[in-house]
Amino acid sequence: MELTSILLKIVFAVLMIVVVMTMAGYSVLIERKVSSWVQGRVGPNRTAPFLVNYIPFIGPLLVRMGIFQPMADGLKFLFKEEITPGHVNKTYYFLAPILALVPALTTMVVIPFGQYTDPSTGASNPLMLAPLDIGILFIFAVSSLGVYGIVLAGWSSNNKYSFLGAIRSSAQMISYELSLGLSVFPLFLWLNAPGVEGGLGLNAVVDYQQNFWFIFVQPLSALLFLVAIFAETNRLPFDMAESETDLVGGFHTEYGCFKFGIFFVAEYAHIVIGSALFTLLFLGGWHFLPGLSDPWPAGWIGAVLSTIWFLVKTVILIVFFVLIRWTLPRFRYDQVMKLGWTILLPLAIGNLILNAIIIALIDSQ
Amino acid sequence: MAETKEISIGDMGARAGSYHDELQGEDMEINVGPSHPTTHGVLRLLMELDGDIITKCEPIVGYLHRGDEKIAENMTYNQFVPYTDRLDYIAPLANNVTYAMAVEQLAGLELPPRCQAIRLLVTELARISSHLLGIGVYGMDAGAWTPFMYTFTEREKLYGLFEELTGARFTTSYTRIGGVARDVPEGWLQRVLDFCDQHLPILEETTKLLTRNRIFMDRTEGVGVISKEDALAYGITGPNLRACGIDLDLRKDRPYLGYDQYEFDVPVGTTGDCYDRYLVRAEEVRQSIRIVRQVIKNFPDGAWYAEDAKKIYKPAKDKVLTSMEELIQNFMIVTEGPRMPAGEVYFEAENPKGILGFFIVSKGGGVPYRMKIRSPSFCNLSILPKLCPGSYLSDITVLLGSLDFVMGECDR
Repeated sequence: MELTSILLKIVFAVLMIVVVMTMAGYSVLIERKVSSWVQGRVGPNRTAPFLVNYIPFIGPLLVRMGIFQPMADGLKFLFKEEITPGHVNKTYYFLAPILALVPALTTMVVIPFGQYTDPSTGASNPLMLAPLDIGILFIFAVSSLGVYGIVLAGWSSNNKYSFLGAIRSSAQMISYELSLGLSVFPLFLWLNAPGVEGGLGLNAVVDYQQNFWFIFVQPLSALLFLVAIFAETNRLPFDMAESETDLVGGFHTEYGCFKFGIFFVAEYAHIVIGSALFTLLFLGGWHFLPGLSDPWPAGWIGAVLSTIWFLVKTVILIVFFVLIRWTLPRFRYDQVMKLGWTILLPLAIGNLILNAIIIALIDSQ
Repeated sequence: MAETKEISIGDMGARAGSYHDELQGEDMEINVGPSHPTTHGVLRLLMELDGDIITKCEPIVGYLHRGDEKIAENMTYNQFVPYTDRLDYIAPLANNVTYAMAVEQLAGLELPPRCQAIRLLVTELARISSHLLGIGVYGMDAGAWTPFMYTFTEREKLYGLFEELTGARFTTSYTRIGGVARDVPEGWLQRVLDFCDQHLPILEETTKLLTRNRIFMDRTEGVGVISKEDALAYGITGPNLRACGIDLDLRKDRPYLGYDQYEFDVPVGTTGDCYDRYLVRAEEVRQSIRIVRQVIKNFPDGAWYAEDAKKIYKPAKDKVLTSMEELIQNFMIVTEGPRMPAGEVYFEAENPKGILGFFIVSKGGGVPYRMKIRSPSFCNLSILPKLCPGSYLSDITVLLGSLDFVMGECDR
């Protein structure tokens, strides 16, 4: 490989980390703002860096929208006193936040976020870091490692609340991973049906949805995937890992300052990635609207436009995540397991078999 | 360097067969509270867990004990009114009224109708305020934050009304022996009516988030069932008792403050589970609003304190400064307290949390010889050791939320 292309990859990788981390930070802002609107409050509206308030119109508006709040939040975590409780197992205690964040950031390697159409040849290529053939499998494999961060945090904290939170969430994440995987397999069955050149890459799914979105064709899959994503990201109504009313803080009870900040960012990075995945799999990725051809022009402007359109869909999903959190109560642990094993899993298997039969019937004719 | 203490959860193989035939870990002892998000104050629960299931639960109370009963022996009757604020600090007005009525019963005082109407009105407003917090915090315990914010906004409006009436939002200290501190301000009754009008739709909106919510019902239905027998045996009162299906409401059964003049229903549950306790509270708010509207419709005129009780209720300030007799009365009431006959009295009233009772022994003079407070929260919490075993650890939040207790009252 040439040096320039390697350098380009590195620049891309750094850019993507920056983008995902920024989006994680700003989904915290979305969470705080949307929840305050839901609850009839104001939300963050004070944080203003030096002199910003003196910019006419735009400055105060940005401050009122809380645009600078995530920076203040992040800095707060950085500048807090680093406390390590005496009763923890230090190695694993420090390892846990890293293990929580790394899978969340690794999955984005195979996530395509836009397309670049070559003006001269007219061929379009997806924008992504690593065009792996096994895209979706890679995501499932890596994201399931995220549970280790939570389990290690719970064990090493040497605290009963953390331990209970870790046990609950590991059981939950492992059970819902089954439904998560099985719910998207029908998509890939269609993608790899006889006569279709598919593969397992996420760009293939998006290409396949050029004229229709999978959410309309496979609504059951979409629903199952959405529920499973909620469980995988440990969001309310499935936030067994934290369930702050009975487990205080759940697995991160003993964590403070930046280590807690990393858990926090990891949780929101999971949400960002989950929303991006749902957009790619069911909402047609960067394709404009179902039935309409993409209006993106060729060249880099089109690439940017398609990326923005993809981000818009993702942000809408993040807002949906937030709205659900501030509307519903929390499940009980045994109800979560019951829902996962007795409802979601049979439905996902049934859905998979049904789709397989349909494909086989079409093929035999 | 602190020592690392391992929680021994595993090591199952070593203990296998030692005391049971099957493989078994050991029970985990977990300490919830006194500072824990679910305990709404300083309740401490010592629990044993088998996996995620509670096998033993021991409530430990007393972290907020201030010795209110002993304090009462060292001050005049009127001076104790602020202490009643701090019993059930979610509904201080109701405590004020109940305490004042207990002392007045000792003195054998009859109150004018306007004073009774004011007291009834503030009691019902306090009930609305308390139940709103109960519902909101209950939802929060189940994981739904938004109902809490909605009901807290409503309570904020009630606090505004309280402040206008009593001068304080939280610690109202509104009643005096033989009357109330001051008459209702001009236009206040209309503002209470306005509050009722705008409150009902918001209450409906709030309960809509919970009442038919599938997750909320799954969390609460069939959880923490209290049978009628248990409820009576443990002395549970208030909405918690009525949720068990026992129709005991002192407002109906032993009417005081003229509750018999007003029309209202007493909601009664059927199963006595957490869901019923929620429904009963939500319905009681609606009934309280009904009562408030009726009271304001026929609000009596006249004095707002017992005019004939010259040795109990302080005379008006302008008379104190102009008349000899009133000056002496004022001096005596302030220095020695209201003149009370010797005797014993027990008075109980239907407070938001349950039946609040004051037992007062007087040997005459302005200071009680002994006072005992029967606090509903203490009795309601006493059932926890029976109620908790067998339920999940996550249920503990819903259980405590549904019992709706206040530690200030429980610990006294």
